[in-house]
Amino acid sequence: MGIISSGFRGRRSENPALPPGQHETQDFPVLTAGPAPLIPIDEWEFFITTENGLRLSWSWNEFLALPQEEITKDIHCVTSWSKLGTVWRGVSLDALFENVETTSDFATAHSFGGYTTNVPLWDLLGGKAWVAWEFDGEPLERAHGGPARLLVPHLYFWKSAKWIHGLELTGEDVPGFWESNGYHLHGNPWREERYS
Amino acid sequence: MGHLAGQHIDLRLTADDGYTAIRSYSVASTGMDEHLEITVDELSDGEVSPYLVRDLAVGDRLEIRGPVGGWFVWRPSNVNRVQLIGGGSGVVPLMSMIRAHQASNNEAPFKLLYSLKSPEASLYRDELRRLDQESAKLMVDYVYTRSTPEGWPVTPARLASDTLLAKIFPAEENPDVFVCGQTVFVETVADWLVMAGYSRESIKTERFGGTGGIR
Repeated sequence: MGIISSGFRGRRSENPALPPGQHETQDFPVLTAGPAPLIPIDEWEFFITTENGLRLSWSWNEFLALPQEEITKDIHCVTSWSKLGTVWRGVSLDALFENVETTSDFATAHSFGGYTTNVPLWDLLGGKAWVAWEFDGEPLERAHGGPARLLVPHLYFWKSAKWIHGLELTGEDVPGFWESNGYHLHGNPWREERYS
Repeated sequence: MGHLAGQHIDLRLTADDGYTAIRSYSVASTGMDEHLEITVDELSDGEVSPYLVRDLAVGDRLEIRGPVGGWFVWRPSNVNRVQLIGGGSGVVPLMSMIRAHQASNNEAPFKLLYSLKSPEASLYRDELRRLDQESAKLMVDYVYTRSTPEGWPVTPARLASDTLLAKIFPAEENPDVFVCGQTVFVETVADWLVMAGYSRESIKTERFGGTGGIR
């Protein structure tokens, strides 16, 4: 236990869905390091590159033609807010990886606008991650990563790269943008993997 | 304690039964003095800020982590001119940069554009006024959205693109731009800057609060 702050009681939410140190918000805060990029839908694509030089890509229409899933998940931001029961629509990374042969253990997510974040492949496959393009029944707002963002809800939300462009598979765990700026390489909220 | 201007700390409060709450606060001090200063805006429905503002007493111990963040920061080695744009309490990390700049021998010009509701809402009011008058390397401009000081030449209004662009370093001068405030404010300002030709790479943003329904 940390230093006791005498007289502090807090709000006493004993919600077991909240990881340690998190508080629930009804709002949907936006945290982005720079201006939100504007991506015309006809220029949008999602790619996967492998260590063998294979490059798969999907246009917006090809992406929408893939099996779509409705996803209801809690999300947790490293700045300590959590939003419970958020509803998304998108494509499972399992579907996108269906024809990908790889021995890589890690991926670097690349966003339009230059943002990057690293995620172990193990955290992206097996029904754990999606490319989401709808939030709460509406097309994803640009401020929240529209037209589409990565959704990796079991990790802190900076891993859910906004304006996702594609995944580069790598043999090593290469720190992305926030990971190079002091944040944890992995980012599991239940273990409070906030900072490096 | 050493830190970079613009960084933040995580502050963790623990109740006597182990319940904890964590919040991030921007650091307002320069990193060169021995004290760490934060500015807390009390939210009436807040869990942590009312405690910090009303209950915390001299001598109480606090658990902090950091300073953290290596992105929304200004370093004295940076030779570019700097445009700071703050909305409301978004001025806090910008003040840290202003103080670090003043304390350094970095002579690159700084400008602050501070958008706020009323003169009374100004954080660091006397210090900013003094620096604006006395420091040759800092210029401060205000935009008032609800009420103005007596004799102010313009009526209060929300910040508009042309007002903003008239008061800041032009894009041709390639300033480093730091924008901090509520989400809507930051989104709007950042979009105007990009449309006016400021390069995306030169604009760093820090947002707080909800989306307020922007698309």
